[in-house]
Amino acid sequence: MIQAEAKNVNFYYGDFHALKDISMTFEPSSVTALIGPSGCGKSTFLRLFNRMNELIGNTRLEGLVTVDGKNIYDKDVQVDEIRKRIGMVFQKPNPFPKSIFENVAYGLRVNGINKKSILDEVVESSLKKAALWEEVKDNLKKSAMALSGGQQQRLCIARALAVEPHLLLMDEPASALDPISTAKVEDLIFELKKQYTIIIVTHNLQQAGRISDYTGFFYLGSLIEHDKTQKMFLNPADERTQSYITGRFG
Amino acid sequence: MTRKQLSQYIAFSSFTIISLVVVGILFVILGFIIVRGASVISWEFITGMPEEGMTKGGILPAIVGTGCLILGSMIFAFPVGVLSGIYMNEYLSDNWFRRFIDFMTNNLAGVPSIVFGLFGMALFVNYLGFGDSIIAGSMTLGLLTLPVIIRTTEEALKSVDDSLRTGSLALGATKLQTIRKVVLPVAFPNIITGLILSIGRVSGETAPILFTVAAYFLPNLPHSIYDQVMALPYHLYVLATSGTNMEESRPMAYGTAFVLIVIVLLMNLLANFLRKALGKRVKM
Ligand SMILES: Nc1ncnc2c1ncn2[C@@H]1O[C@H](COP(=O)(O)OP(=O)(O)OP(=O)(O)O)[C@@H](O)[C@H]1O
Ligand SMILES: [Mg+2]
Repeated sequence: MIQAEAKNVNFYYGDFHALKDISMTFEPSSVTALIGPSGCGKSTFLRLFNRMNELIGNTRLEGLVTVDGKNIYDKDVQVDEIRKRIGMVFQKPNPFPKSIFENVAYGLRVNGINKKSILDEVVESSLKKAALWEEVKDNLKKSAMALSGGQQQRLCIARALAVEPHLLLMDEPASALDPISTAKVEDLIFELKKQYTIIIVTHNLQQAGRISDYTGFFYLGSLIEHDKTQKMFLNPADERTQSYITGRFG
Repeated sequence: MTRKQLSQYIAFSSFTIISLVVVGILFVILGFIIVRGASVISWEFITGMPEEGMTKGGILPAIVGTGCLILGSMIFAFPVGVLSGIYMNEYLSDNWFRRFIDFMTNNLAGVPSIVFGLFGMALFVNYLGFGDSIIAGSMTLGLLTLPVIIRTTEEALKSVDDSLRTGSLALGATKLQTIRKVVLPVAFPNIITGLILSIGRVSGETAPILFTVAAYFLPNLPHSIYDQVMALPYHLYVLATSGTNMEESRPMAYGTAFVLIVIVLLMNLLANFLRKALGKRVKM
């Protein structure tokens, strides 16, 4: 079974050809790490799956992007409906300047769900899944801005989980965090993959090795290699993958 | 002292002196008005009608008139200005059209207020047939402050971090929901500040109300938006330049100036206070 797929995808920022004929599939309940040198198109590729690239003007997409077998760029697809089913966590924690509770409840509220009992339940379960509940359960009314960076990032993960996404996109979710918070987020991702399909961009190869089942190596807009993480790290098929992993460029 | 330190010292001292001179001048102006004006201020002055060729009595009609004009112009300009600002910053992409509108808005902000007065007279007083009235004056003053409110709104929205917008959109919020629930609450304290500062401007303008609403002498309070009113800045102008007995009415002029300054000062204090209070609520 396939949860998400990109098929012969080309993507352009104006004249700049940012993604070159990329085909890639993602299995349910797996973690796929996207690695590669800066500027190779990892974030661009990730953003295809919740159509966030559309916020940037003058771009063009060719090819097919599907989630749950459905082309998410179909004419009859509403973009906000798509984004409700696909969670995204950004590099820099971006909690809303609202209370912890309201941050997690946000995705439900914009969906028209305002019933207190439902919100209470979802906020609690999401914060538990994001391993933040124990730290904040006594002051859910506190501003999210008062949390530490690591807590903020886990709050953003909880916020994304609250709408029950089918797919979780993470763009360097731990790169702005200290080692202890990073370890927490990594543990969390490990837990989450039981329920969610996760695509994660990371510059940290050890991290990719620790948490992912599959790894895709991007280079200059192309997908050079995509395989089981172990295979990629121990015995890559392509020379460029080899050089990147052993740190010869990047 | 090395040369570098010396030039540092000279630069720093001259900046200090210049700032002190500027602040000093401001204080002299304020002090002048306060000293001359405060002695005139009394309960009767604030709540009474002008009497005996405006050399005695109070300035209540002018205070009420200015109040009406502030309220009227804001009822008109605030929604229009804020909505335009939102539209320009959140919906228009950064193309030639947006830049053109920005350019025109900036130009509009620089147009002398007497021009707005003439335009207001042509459009509201004559063409739309409101006559000299609160509504014509309010609309004219509203037009005058519109560019300021639009710009303030735009600046306030620009200062909202884009990551909040993307964060909200990524959760499936529509653009409108994102603006309403995330962007506006963050920008609101700054927008409010702009509003109140423009109130300060509205309360002090004379030229735009000259041909659209201001009455030379009208010792009763307005009953409807189609009435004429007296207004503080125009009243001051009249007292200072064309009263029936200018020597006698001079103290009244200082008193009026004093009241006007107090209103502007109060507005600025309120703006500061609201920005802090609302800002705190948003950060929480
Ligand atoms: N908004 C944009 N407009 C134009 N070009 C862009 C835009 N965003 C990215 N690009 C270009 O597309 C290419 C891929 O960018 P992308 O952000 O996907 O790289 P990345 O692999 O995520 O890099 P990093 O590891 O530094 O985050 C880069 O060459 C970049 O300059
Ligand atoms: Mg990136």
